Amino acid sequence: MQEFSLLGKKPTRHGFGEGLVVLGERNPNVVALGGDITGSVMTSYFKEKFPDRFFSIGIAEQNATTIAVGMALSGKVPFFASYGAFCAFRNADQIRISMCYNEANVKIGGGHAGISVGPDGATHQVLEEVAFLRTLPHMTLVVPCDFLEAKKATIAIGEMVGPAYIRFGRVDVPMFTTEETPFQLGKAEVFHPGNDVAIIACGSMVWPALEAAKELSKIGVSARVINNHTIKPFDYETTVKAAQECGAIVTAEEHQVHGGLGSIVAEAVAKNYPVPMEFVGVKDSFGGSGDPTELMEKFGLTWKEIYASALMAMKRRDKGAVALRKVNEVESYSQA
Amino acid sequence: MELTIEFREKAFENKPQSTENLQEIANEIRRDIIQSLVLAKSGHSGGPLGSADIFASLYFGGYMRYKKNEPWWEGRDRFVLSAGHMAPVLYATLANAGMFPKEELRTLRQFGTRLQGHPGRDMGLPGIETSSGSLGQGISIAVGMAMADKLLDNTDKRVYSLTGDGELQEGSVWEAAMSAYHFKLDNFCWIIDNNDCQIDGRIPEVMDVYPIVEKCQAFGFDTIVCDGHNFDEINAAFDKFLANQKNKTGKPTAIVAKTYMGRGVSFMEDNFKWHGNPPNVEQAITALQELVL
Repeated sequence: MQEFSLLGKKPTRHGFGEGLVVLGERNPNVVALGGDITGSVMTSYFKEKFPDRFFSIGIAEQNATTIAVGMALSGKVPFFASYGAFCAFRNADQIRISMCYNEANVKIGGGHAGISVGPDGATHQVLEEVAFLRTLPHMTLVVPCDFLEAKKATIAIGEMVGPAYIRFGRVDVPMFTTEETPFQLGKAEVFHPGNDVAIIACGSMVWPALEAAKELSKIGVSARVINNHTIKPFDYETTVKAAQECGAIVTAEEHQVHGGLGSIVAEAVAKNYPVPMEFVGVKDSFGGSGDPTELMEKFGLTWKEIYASALMAMKRRDKGAVALRKVNEVESYSQA
Repeated sequence: MELTIEFREKAFENKPQSTENLQEIANEIRRDIIQSLVLAKSGHSGGPLGSADIFASLYFGGYMRYKKNEPWWEGRDRFVLSAGHMAPVLYATLANAGMFPKEELRTLRQFGTRLQGHPGRDMGLPGIETSSGSLGQGISIAVGMAMADKLLDNTDKRVYSLTGDGELQEGSVWEAAMSAYHFKLDNFCWIIDNNDCQIDGRIPEVMDVYPIVEKCQAFGFDTIVCDGHNFDEINAAFDKFLANQKNKTGKPTAIVAKTYMGRGVSFMEDNFKWHGNPPNVEQAITALQELVL
């Protein structure tokens, strides 16, 4: 198994921008639509290279989505990108009915995802879109973990047929995957071996998960780290196997703990092989302005949080989940 | 008196033709709307009856280019029903155009049907280019199609989209209009079925979208007002659209068709209460009697 080390830092949005250019070179039917922030979400690369296949739609996410549908129904492969805060919710109806019900071959790039957007504050820090998008029939939803995986994922969704959404972030994040790292849509990958506890992560939380596993190994805990980049279609097999072989699971995501990766893993585990679970993510709260690192600390999106949650999940497994959380102590984030 | 349902197979042609012929076709479409709705026991009567003349002209006056035996023909013009609830008139029109057997109109809104309550592209019904029903989206899809046809594929294919007038209350309609002008889509024709009614009442009482014509003009459309029940005027409006495209005016066309909801059935005409209801058996019998030419 590949051992991962820090190779530098780059934003995942750059991977999206570069992947889109590769697609443009490979397929003349690939087109891109801009929503006035092309330089932020890196559709600007495509725009420079293929000006005849780039269309500026302005600040109109609903229109951009449905125009993309019309183009897809004409045999094109349109990519529309904006901030996830706007291109997953303002146009939610368009995504549901025109894009997914039509099975239109439209791809949406949702940038500036998560709390790490930083100073822009809560309005721009989208933390809920995975919960919505993963419930849509026909949708493919991918949350890549670093620059290179974002590039591979962009190419992958551009070469499959059907509606798809890719989530990526604004700030520099660790680069650690390589050309050799396997990537296949719908297939979660084990990034670190272990059988004491499983850490299932996506996006920007995969690197902290690897860091947590490294720290856990120092106290004799072998943690299995799974990079679950594709939220839909979900890789049930890898998750259920982790439940069976590790007996305790932590999920980690830069998203609300409600409705995202943690919820899917919980559904899979509850149905197939129930084990104690802990959820690392934003706990029913909006974000706020600040430096990305401060914010990740404040909202508990760190390797330390994953580390502590792993120990808690193991403790609940070893001592009995019921014994550790009595009925009157049931955790509820919304009441916290 | 008993209700007799008969879906008569016709061989209407699609070419410039006389007002009398178009009237006969529109009448047949209206009969089929009534018949399919009374069998469905739910669905919208008013809009479909009110727009039947526009559909007769569009599909049988030589304006839409299509092949009945090859519904997905690459070179076809496309029509997007943005006002998805008006599906009964589109289904009746497509059936009369020979896209599928007219008997299938019996299945409207029933389990497993290709004639879904609102158009569903997943059912694969010939002539249904896209799903629609959430208002304000179809027109934008049509703009995307027109962009692909004109700007990417360099064809002279045309795209038509019909919205209601209540639908104009959806802001996304105007986003689409803005872009049709911006991208100089003279291959795009927007038809507004201006019957002045929506479920809750008269348009100005629910939310005043007037003046419609001036709005369309301000959005850069060559805007034509016509009596939506007068074939000379409807045809002239479509002729103007064709001329705009041919002359490469770079301007999209809007046709504001003044219509009466429920046209052709006396007790439904111009009554917003008929927006979302089907006729019962007695009402259908009366309606079909009125629709004998």
